[in-house]
Amino acid sequence: MSIETLPIKDGIFKQQSQPLVEIQNLKKYYPIKKGILSKTVGHVKAVDGLNFSIYPGETISLVGESGCGKSTTGRAIVKLDPPTDGKVLFEGKDMATIQHKELRKIRTEMQIIFQDPYSSLNPRKRIGDLLAEPLIAHRLATKEEANKKVDQILEIVGLTKFHKSRYPHEFSGGQRQRVGIARALMLNPKLIVCDEPVSALDVSIQAQVLNLLKDLQKEFNLTYLFIAHGLGAVKYISDRIAVMYLGKIVEIGKTEEIFKNPKHPYTKVLLSAYPIPNPHLRNRERIVVEGDVPSPANPPKGCRFHTRCPMAQAICKEKEPLLNATDHSVACHFPLN
Amino acid sequence: MFQYIIRRLLIAIPVLLGVTVFNFFIINLAPGNPVDMYINPDTTQADIDAKKEALGLNDPIYIQYFRWLGNLLQGDFGFSYTTYEPVLDLVLNRVGPTLLLMSTALIIAYIIAIPIGILSATKQYSWIDYLTTTFSFLGVSIPNFFLGLGSIYVFALVLNILPTGGMFTLGSNGGFADTLFHLIMPAAILGTAIAGSTVRYVRSSMLEVLGQDYLRTARAKGLKEFIVTNKHGLKNALIPIITIIGMEIPILIGGAVVTEQIFQWPGLGQLTIQSISSRDYPTLMAINFIAALAVLFSNLITDILYAVVDPRIKYN
Amino acid sequence: MSIPNVKMDTDLPVNNVVIPVQEQLGNEESYLKLITKRFFKHKLAVGGLIIFSLMVLIAVFAPVIAPHNPYSVDGEFAAPPSAVNILGTDEVGRDLFSRLLYAARVSLSVGVGAVAIYVAIGTILGAIAGYFGKWVDMVIMRITDIFMSFPYLMVILVLVSIMGPSLFNVILVLGLLGWPSIARLVRGCVLTIKEMDYVKAGVALGYSTPKIVFQHILPNCIAPILVNATFGIASAIIMEASLSFLGMGVQPPTASWGNMLNEAQSITVLATQPWLWIPPGVMILLAVLSINFMGDGLRDAMDPKSLK
Repeated sequence: MSIETLPIKDGIFKQQSQPLVEIQNLKKYYPIKKGILSKTVGHVKAVDGLNFSIYPGETISLVGESGCGKSTTGRAIVKLDPPTDGKVLFEGKDMATIQHKELRKIRTEMQIIFQDPYSSLNPRKRIGDLLAEPLIAHRLATKEEANKKVDQILEIVGLTKFHKSRYPHEFSGGQRQRVGIARALMLNPKLIVCDEPVSALDVSIQAQVLNLLKDLQKEFNLTYLFIAHGLGAVKYISDRIAVMYLGKIVEIGKTEEIFKNPKHPYTKVLLSAYPIPNPHLRNRERIVVEGDVPSPANPPKGCRFHTRCPMAQAICKEKEPLLNATDHSVACHFPLN
Repeated sequence: MFQYIIRRLLIAIPVLLGVTVFNFFIINLAPGNPVDMYINPDTTQADIDAKKEALGLNDPIYIQYFRWLGNLLQGDFGFSYTTYEPVLDLVLNRVGPTLLLMSTALIIAYIIAIPIGILSATKQYSWIDYLTTTFSFLGVSIPNFFLGLGSIYVFALVLNILPTGGMFTLGSNGGFADTLFHLIMPAAILGTAIAGSTVRYVRSSMLEVLGQDYLRTARAKGLKEFIVTNKHGLKNALIPIITIIGMEIPILIGGAVVTEQIFQWPGLGQLTIQSISSRDYPTLMAINFIAALAVLFSNLITDILYAVVDPRIKYN
Repeated sequence: MSIPNVKMDTDLPVNNVVIPVQEQLGNEESYLKLITKRFFKHKLAVGGLIIFSLMVLIAVFAPVIAPHNPYSVDGEFAAPPSAVNILGTDEVGRDLFSRLLYAARVSLSVGVGAVAIYVAIGTILGAIAGYFGKWVDMVIMRITDIFMSFPYLMVILVLVSIMGPSLFNVILVLGLLGWPSIARLVRGCVLTIKEMDYVKAGVALGYSTPKIVFQHILPNCIAPILVNATFGIASAIIMEASLSFLGMGVQPPTASWGNMLNEAQSITVLATQPWLWIPPGVMILLAVLSINFMGDGLRDAMDPKSLK
């Protein structure tokens, strides 16, 4: 059972009025230093003005090619990489202005699952200790209580309490990801940023872990920001999808809409690229995009996609299109249908 | 790469300043002061105070530091507490023999270490390898002075084929052959101080290079193993080895102190020991400073050599 | 590594079913066990360990084993080995064999003491430099460069001569000057580990900075620190011996292998009383050699390239 055969998530989820996370004009620039005195000669604009919201209980995905800024966004939200500009509001509070003590508390409400199962667990710690640590560090439980919870969580993610005394190197990649998921659950967070959690796993395991994530969401009422570079994984798990290109969102909307009715040329490119196992369904229009991805240090003027867009016109080279404010928004001068 | 060199030089400047500050700090820790030189039984306290004022010893410490630094840059290292001659002259007299000793030791060390290291690498895991490993460990573990004493005992006293010490035979005019005769043992002993670790470096460097694919191609072309190792492999293996010379210079300096003492070799090392026993702090400080300069310089050269020789750094 | 009797990941059903597993407590491969196993495969290292342990025993039980008091001057001056004095006596009449045994205490205390001091200093400085980076890193690294610019033996000589030679001063000076190499090492390791996801997970989980540095990062850096420290002990022992040999270290009447060799600077003594200077030299050699072998074994045992 591979990801591609999974069905599209039914859009039953209803958006509530109060967003859990609001991202306003998020920017993350990395300085480029050259010369004898290491002067800053330019910036890599990894994220260049992102605006969207995450609503409680939903799963919203950020999709895009490598280097489009999606991982950077995820890390900025959990404040692992503070943003250069813009605001991240968690439950209305501006993350940048929060003091140390309150920040520690807020951190317990948002967690992150990492992509690489081989570097996300401390090789020197036993799984049981690793998992109990968050509770003990925040003084939320005694050792016995923490231990009990660890047993429970391990069962929930599909491992057993007998795994507690083992070290990470004794587990396979898929099992390690389960441990990573278990760790993210320990503090009962409201939001979990899933940074390409299945990309590093064998294809056959990916579906299982995705299913686990889905079940957990229901059971614990979690909100997910799911980051991926392909549309296959996200279609099964997301309520909404945001497509990113070169640091900006180019299209955002409900999963079903995106798949059935893509509006941005880039979205169409992504859709045409992801593998479909059923040979009979393969006669879709294959859009071949020319050229290389422009460097984020020097994004193209106007619409960033114009250098590779098969439908680029004069205005696309001059003026940058903005996301229009509807449920299914797109940033394009000539959106499809 | 040029930028890299400039940057490297710029970094060296604050370090150099730091070295001078550290040196000055130590000088002021040392008991005794320059006025003591001028004291004789007739000197009154007023004279001493006046002299202190004249020498600027009552000025705030940072002014003293800059004055000292200024003197230093002009080559004025002060006067020796014991011989009253300018320290600079004293030191310059001794630099030659020490340089001779150190460079000969370095050459000897590399002449021994490179072939042994190559041999050890090419015949990895054989008895030759284990033998050379044991020898290199011995070389690193045996205290320098013990080896020196032992070799004097064996070669000078028992076998009587080499002199017990000094740079010249007493009473003679010296000359190249005589100096060489006296140089052999101390240089060999000092050389062994670094030969042991150098063998290990050569060995591991060669091992890394020997495993590379381009050598496999050379072999596949049908070239003789000897040529493969020495012509193709050695070139690249030599790169890290050459750069290590810079790292070994501080060890050589330290080793020179002990070696010169044992063999009565009239160099800076022996002067250091003499200055320590006679509490001649100006001389001691000057030697310390020069040694630090030498180390800084050799580190700089090492880093630059690395940049020159490793094409990856060239293109940054 | 597969766990016997547990089905592989692919067989795990998605829902929460307990899989029958044999309790394998105690079989887990902890890092420590792994290292120990690999260390003992190294013959020379084990040999070194044995000899070093003997040295430690000698040092600890010197008062019990030594036939005479190392300070008492009852023997003849400079006597050759005899039934009473197994290794003869020194120029003042003290028994050389007893002094040889007691000197082990000096060497080992210098070795371990100095290294303990500079590992502590170097680890803290290196961790701070590596974790906080930017100008803190730059300042600490420049200071490290300055310290590394001085030839080790020379500075030690100068400092000890100013402070006055004694066992305590030797340990202090060696400890205060030996930290640069550890600092560099730790800094490099911290820089690498800092980027690992499990450290970032710690930040995301809200752990305090000291907790992250000391409980997550540093434990993963122990390997190179330990190897460096082991070789450092050997190096400190040689340093002390050299200093004492030159008269700038441990002073008589306290016995040190180095100062026992001091008398051999005279050609007469060298030629006529080999029992005076050969044994101390051999002891230094054995001590240092055994520690170096142990260090080599440790380094190979902890080599990440062959781990997993």
